[in-house]
Amino acid sequence: MTAPAIELKGISKAFGPVQANKDISISVQPGTIHGIIGENGAGKSTLMSILYGFYKADRGEIWINGNKTEIPDSQAAIAAGIGMVFQHFKLVENFTVLENVILGAEDGGLLRPSLAKARKALKALAAEYELNVDPDARIDEIGVGMQQRVEILKALYRQADILILDEPTGVLTPSEADQLFRILDRLRSEGKTILLITHKMREIMEYTDTVSVMRRGQMTATVKTKDSSPEELAELMVGRKVLLRVDKVPAQPGAPILEIEGLRVVDDAGVERVKGIDLTVRAGEILGIAGVAGNGQSELMEVLGGMTVGTGSVRLHGNPLPLSGLGADGRSRRAAHIGHVPEDRQSEGLIMDFHAWENVAFGYHRSPEYQKGLLMDNAAVRADTEAKMAKFDVRPPDPWLAAKNFSGGNQQKIVVAREIERNPDLLLIGQPTRGVDIGAIEFIHKQIVALRDQGKAILLVSVELEEILSLSDRVAVMFDGQIMGERPADQTDEKALGLMMAGVAGEAA
Amino acid sequence: MEKMPKWADVVLIPLISLLLAAALSALVILGIGEDPIEAVKTMITGALGSTYGWGYTLYYATNFLFTGLAVSVAYHAGLFNIGGEGQAMLGGLGVALICLFIPWPHWSIALIVAAIAAGLFGAAWAAIPAYLQAKRGSHVVITTIMFNFIAFSVLNYMLVNVLKPQGAMDPATARFPEAIHLPSLHEILLPLGINFSKSAPANVSLLVAIAACFVVWLLIWRTWLGHEIRAFGKSESGARYAGMSPLKITMIAMLISGALCGMMAINNVMGEAERLVLNSTEGAGFIGIAVALMGRNHPFGVFLAALLFGFLYQGGAELALWSSIPRELIVVIQALVILFTGALDNMVRMPLEKLFIAVRKEKA
Repeated sequence: MTAPAIELKGISKAFGPVQANKDISISVQPGTIHGIIGENGAGKSTLMSILYGFYKADRGEIWINGNKTEIPDSQAAIAAGIGMVFQHFKLVENFTVLENVILGAEDGGLLRPSLAKARKALKALAAEYELNVDPDARIDEIGVGMQQRVEILKALYRQADILILDEPTGVLTPSEADQLFRILDRLRSEGKTILLITHKMREIMEYTDTVSVMRRGQMTATVKTKDSSPEELAELMVGRKVLLRVDKVPAQPGAPILEIEGLRVVDDAGVERVKGIDLTVRAGEILGIAGVAGNGQSELMEVLGGMTVGTGSVRLHGNPLPLSGLGADGRSRRAAHIGHVPEDRQSEGLIMDFHAWENVAFGYHRSPEYQKGLLMDNAAVRADTEAKMAKFDVRPPDPWLAAKNFSGGNQQKIVVAREIERNPDLLLIGQPTRGVDIGAIEFIHKQIVALRDQGKAILLVSVELEEILSLSDRVAVMFDGQIMGERPADQTDEKALGLMMAGVAGEAA
Repeated sequence: MEKMPKWADVVLIPLISLLLAAALSALVILGIGEDPIEAVKTMITGALGSTYGWGYTLYYATNFLFTGLAVSVAYHAGLFNIGGEGQAMLGGLGVALICLFIPWPHWSIALIVAAIAAGLFGAAWAAIPAYLQAKRGSHVVITTIMFNFIAFSVLNYMLVNVLKPQGAMDPATARFPEAIHLPSLHEILLPLGINFSKSAPANVSLLVAIAACFVVWLLIWRTWLGHEIRAFGKSESGARYAGMSPLKITMIAMLISGALCGMMAINNVMGEAERLVLNSTEGAGFIGIAVALMGRNHPFGVFLAALLFGFLYQGGAELALWSSIPRELIVVIQALVILFTGALDNMVRMPLEKLFIAVRKEKA
């Protein structure tokens, strides 16, 4: 038997009182895809940072290809044949692909020879792994999926045999994700070893050979993927039984709450993003908008949430909603009882530097119950925050903690609590569980269904088809700013929706 | 997890920066063959050793309080107002017009109206860059500094061609009437049995500045408007999501900032000079940037930093007077303090953060 490509022995790492990694040992065979799954904050990223030389372990050994290896910095990691693709890409946006690939790996003082050499190497890599990227395209001109390929090429150009990917599909559309996994499959067959960090069960089940589960800094199990099941892994991750399917009774739709006719949105660059769509959301139902990211769903949510302007007709309870000018802002929407959980909680839904309690007031900061004379009644906001944190099980339940210091799931719980607890007639909710751990997903889904069962209308946008199918009562598919078709959720499947998402009209699908 | 405790950020970093600046200044003084310890003694006695010294220190501090608060209000909205100099000049014009052309029965009424006028003039001067930023995206850093030059030219024109008394050689207005003379600290403290120096310029404006600190604190941390200003300063897309108007917040924050700069004129123009002269602001608009940086944009921090810079100004003047250290070197010392406390913040911060992380690891 060959030596393991990576062997970690008793790795421990603490940050102050927090034990991020505790006595972790794994062994990964060369030429395999090894998944590491765990909730946010379970210590996956810390472990990978130790392997890549960002942190030094307090205890433990790293063995690469049978040799004990010290990895004090990322240079050493690269020398040991380890490459890393970060969740947030480390690319220079106004450089070309080629320039990014050689960045930090130039030979000599002149660029031209390095560029020529890299051009040849890229060609060879492209042929070997089917990693086709135009070497002269600028990073800001290519899509996210392409950018990720550049990151992989960077690692391969540096002779990496071991590739670490941190949540690689978090920013990808389903088709881009499929392409990525085809590439990874190819890399595996060429003998490369891949460490895949993810919290998506589907990716683990479909693509990995072995999987390690982490919980609270410890490795709770390492199993062969084919001998395991999603339910078993989820239980190992969370430490209790988890409901993977959303448990709900059939919807009882009532009167139309939101009626959209001929809605159009043109973005700042003059491109029409929403091209005249018609939709109706009734009381007591969840309408899911499926679609590959970037087909106008974000703009649809933004115009309904008052963040951008549009034209056409939108009625709430039969009363027209202004789409531009006076009364077309987020404040007026909130006053009209529209709740909005935005797609991007870090740059929109929350102010990351604000305390949790300030974020609970955010958007509702002018509500009379938060005012006392000319000043804000901060004590009232904090009391309200404590109540919401208790009800939504936000951890830690500390109103004074800054939003950035909560895990992704708990951040999202703060946003969802703020929007749902106002008892909106219509809830706009975008990517409700992006970057959220499994335990919190279950909780957030339950809250959405509970709101529906109170007879409220919910418009859901998600790029996770699984989420759309399990949560929605009706599914509409958006492609290129248009609605390709609508289906009852229980009478369709991923295949049919996938066709419409690719632009095949609903009637044909 | 925070990299280091808050007290280290707020107290330790400015303190170390200050000590570094002092050490480097000491080396420079040694280099020209003077005694740095003597120099420090001269500065301390000169600025804090007498009520006369305190009177000047507090007078300068009052200027810096206004401009420091102004910079910090804009900063909370993510705007860098470096046009304090011009806004304060225009504030001076407003004060001069109010004081020269309207006969006021009592200084207190004149002070209120002059403060309002100074604020309005300063705000108006900030309004154009603010509007250009909000509507057209012209960066306020560029526009406000250009407006400083325009302000200087406007003031020059007004003094030379309009406000200069006939026959006078000096580009300055006539003296304001005696009736609106603002009480100095001497006059305020005398009934309390304290004999404060008669000739020091510190005056009732200091109390206005301290009140402004409190009002700014309330505004930024205790009102919904402050919530919007801070949210907008952290994330514009977040502000848009929450239904805040970027145009309105940019305008309001810059108008408040400009008004605070303008209000400085009640101290230097109405309280001290009692007439408007050409270079009345003496760079206080720029010192305000350093004061806000060092004070971490918090009114209490701004208060402490303004006192420090007041001390440096007055101590520096005394040093020039009583030692053979040349005037230029005093500017160097002041510049070093600004450099270390403002611009080189990270130089102290990063090693300190590492130290805190290391210490924490030791403990664990």
